[in-house]
Amino acid sequence: MSLPLLPKPHLPRFHQARWDERIIFDLHAPGQRGVLVSAVESEVSAVVGDAAALVPKSLRRRSRLDLPEIGQMRVLKHYLRLSQGTLGADLNIDVGQGTCTMKYSPKVNERLIDTPKLKSLHPMQDDDDVQGVLEIIWQLQEIMRAISGMDAVSLQTQGGSSAIWMNASLIRAYHDLRGEGGRRREVITTIFSHPSNAAAAKAAGYDVITIYPDESGYPDRGAFESAISDRTAAIMVTNPEDTGIFNPDIRGWVETAHAVGALASYDQANANGILGITRAREAGFDLCHFNLHKTFSTPHGSGGPGGGVNAVTEKLAELLPGPRVVKKGDRFVTTGAAPRSIGAVAPFYGVVPNIVRAYSWIRSLGAEGLREVAEIAVLNNNYLLELVRRIPGASVPYAQGRRRIEQVRYSWKELFEATGVSSEEIGLRMADYGLHYWTSHHPHVVPQPFTLEPTESYSRQELDLYAASLAEVSREAHESPETVQTAPHRSTVHRTEHADLDDPERWAVTWRAYRRKYFGTRGSP
Amino acid sequence: MSLAPFNVELVRGVAMPLSYVHPYIPNSASEVRQAMLDAINATSVEELFADVPEALRVQGALDLPPALPVEQDLARHVADLLSRNASTDERTSFLGFGVYRHSVPAVVDEVIGRSEFLTAYAGEPYDDHGRFQALFEYQSLMGELLGMDVVNVPTYDGYQAAATAVAMAGRITGRRRVLQLSDPHPHKLDKVRDFVSGFLSVETIPTSASVANISALPASLDDDVAAVWIETPSVRGSIEENLSEISQLAHAAGAIVVVGTEPLLYGVLEPPAGLGADIVTGEIQSLGLHQWFGGARGGFIALHDDPQFVMELPSRLFGLASTSVPGELGFGDVAYERTSFALREEGKEWVGTAAALWGIAAGVYLALMGPRGMRDIGETILARTAYAQRRVAAIPGARLSDPALHFREFCVEFESASAVDVVAATRRAQIDAGVVLDERSLLICVTEMTTREEIDRLADAIAAALGDVDAQNGARQ
Repeated sequence: MSLPLLPKPHLPRFHQARWDERIIFDLHAPGQRGVLVSAVESEVSAVVGDAAALVPKSLRRRSRLDLPEIGQMRVLKHYLRLSQGTLGADLNIDVGQGTCTMKYSPKVNERLIDTPKLKSLHPMQDDDDVQGVLEIIWQLQEIMRAISGMDAVSLQTQGGSSAIWMNASLIRAYHDLRGEGGRRREVITTIFSHPSNAAAAKAAGYDVITIYPDESGYPDRGAFESAISDRTAAIMVTNPEDTGIFNPDIRGWVETAHAVGALASYDQANANGILGITRAREAGFDLCHFNLHKTFSTPHGSGGPGGGVNAVTEKLAELLPGPRVVKKGDRFVTTGAAPRSIGAVAPFYGVVPNIVRAYSWIRSLGAEGLREVAEIAVLNNNYLLELVRRIPGASVPYAQGRRRIEQVRYSWKELFEATGVSSEEIGLRMADYGLHYWTSHHPHVVPQPFTLEPTESYSRQELDLYAASLAEVSREAHESPETVQTAPHRSTVHRTEHADLDDPERWAVTWRAYRRKYFGTRGSP
Repeated sequence: MSLAPFNVELVRGVAMPLSYVHPYIPNSASEVRQAMLDAINATSVEELFADVPEALRVQGALDLPPALPVEQDLARHVADLLSRNASTDERTSFLGFGVYRHSVPAVVDEVIGRSEFLTAYAGEPYDDHGRFQALFEYQSLMGELLGMDVVNVPTYDGYQAAATAVAMAGRITGRRRVLQLSDPHPHKLDKVRDFVSGFLSVETIPTSASVANISALPASLDDDVAAVWIETPSVRGSIEENLSEISQLAHAAGAIVVVGTEPLLYGVLEPPAGLGADIVTGEIQSLGLHQWFGGARGGFIALHDDPQFVMELPSRLFGLASTSVPGELGFGDVAYERTSFALREEGKEWVGTAAALWGIAAGVYLALMGPRGMRDIGETILARTAYAQRRVAAIPGARLSDPALHFREFCVEFESASAVDVVAATRRAQIDAGVVLDERSLLICVTEMTTREEIDRLADAIAAALGDVDAQNGARQ
């Protein structure tokens, strides 16, 4: 059959909303109010006197509080206009984020959590008054035990990297308890594992050793054998890696780590393509983590809140943080931290609205549905791979002739060499087509990289359209590179001046800093 | 190597394909699936998993509860579960301890419920201009409130914010000791200790009457102290009155002053930056976020615009940039090369999905409140806290644990009753009286949502409970 690059699908004539909405401080109109506050009752004043006088003079605010004064409708309008200048996953074909699985966040889940029965719950309420939410937390713990194959689960961390940190902290505590903490000072990771594995291990005080791929694209086994020793605290790896390549020798790596007394930690942020196919348990890992906001559909919220899941084997369970939810008979009760806990990693029970959303998503699918998610995500990915492979200037480094799991890291090296158009510039041009395309894949081991991860959510037509848009931008790069290099043309905003952001004399992280640096004044310019 | 035995019974027959097309998975439709397999020259999906060896395969289906693919069935199931909760809207609640029942303006929920913000993630400034602006404005509004020029895109929570700030102080000074002068939330202290344990030791100088024991500070304050860390209000709600003096002592020793605090205070109080703080951290849950069973948190870290400090801050910072069109305001990441995206194993911390949506919520909240709203709410809470303190202190057998100025929370000590018994007795009156801190201490929280009438009912219920306890004690004697 013929692939749908020619004739191309119709590319929408997208244009992002542009309101030229000023910074909110410019909407200031003295005396206006957006909301009123419950006033002090006269009976209260009669007892305590003037509220301001309760505060000693030395503590009272001396500096002017320059928040803007704006009526309610204007505040609403401002933020709704900003929302129109934002391309959330609900509007675009969000496969260009790569490594961070955008998938559909079902709307029914938003309705389900929008109730005082969840929003207005306090975590210190008596267990009897919160049986519903405790049951959902407990159920999700059990579900994640099944999905990971591990023995004990914590839902406390507030995002994927926070969960990676918790893995590093558990590893440190484990070796410290055995008196080996002083000797085991190294963590081994691979270059195509998520950067937070390296960064969290470093933040925990470890020296980090990074393994690069061999010629085939699989992590270099020989380099790993040379790196591992009795100084190794753990391996912390992603599999499939950010290239979408699954290391078939992963159990061998884990066994090698165990042979020297190191732990093996599995970053399962990329688990979407292997749900119900393979688990941390089968590969022998000691601990792993998932992201509720990636694999389990909770919305990304402009960059959080997310939600982390940490799952461990029995030997690490005593280190988990509290509080935890356990089932006693028909009742769900909270308990404190495990006996040798690393202590709280985050407040209370984690990101509870996301725990309920993830529970709801998993319940909608069941075991067969989760496996279908994995299968279709992988089918979509390999289909998109086939389409992108045919676009002039695009190439697919590593593992030639092999299938990929849930994503692929591609390269525009050939296009860049032929036209001078970079991957970053292509990303800017993709915004003109109403499509998100992420460019940050430090370090750029793959030249001019881009990573596509289609997930199970997108229809074949949408994948065709995304690929056709990339093909169109490739054609433009070859025929009229300046069109791409001056993009975006149909966005809310035009190309920004990076030097403003990198120079301490020029950067402005707040409006007050901007006014001070550029106008020498507190007032609006 | 031997695998630990399975604790979970996982294996139940074989994995069966779905017999229907799930609404979340469009390409499950068999015609589409087959056409796509044909397009990639594959005979089955199974072929795509060739790199996953047989030995690593899950045998059969995962042991999960049955699927509820019909939306109405799912909705009924989840709603049934949640209906078993009794919310703080239904009960009279004086629970605080880090999670607070504050009023959430409807506009806040409207804005953060918008699909564009709710489902955006890591878009570039060009597809997500509005998200960048909303977060820049959050930073700017917080900067005004706190009197500081640099505020991060929110990190996970106030625990992480404190931990990051203390770690920053260690890196900036190259020193190894941290002095903790107030009573932080115990879990926050856990988190900070764990986070910095590879580099720093955290020493606690016990408080005196629930505020910093400033006279004990000089003896511990040597040139090896990286940071002096103060929480105000403390976990008991007490406000530190000697921040200026503490800052002067700390700075004289070359230490960095890290303050953890509550932003709702600063319509009324002078922000810590004006009293010598170098890094100010805290939580934004009170700024327009529901309680969510403790699950809606965002941490702020505020600094002066000192490049040495900024370059040690690992969070994302969105800043203003000019664009190719004169007069147009663009946005981007300030000093991107400082983040773990760029640094990887040389990273000082990491950047990940954290709490941006809550930051947008807090920005909307501050824009709605304005300077008068922030002053009003501060004064309302201060007044009601003082009123509740006086009502409770007047109960025979109860007294306030300390004479400090309190905001939103205070601790009451019972002479002879157990705090657990008092809580149990008030629960019978549909009141959650507070959080038990120790055998005789109860932490009571009032906000702008707590009415005078509710405070009176609480005082009456505690008085009745103590009366009962006295009666019971009398009967035993």
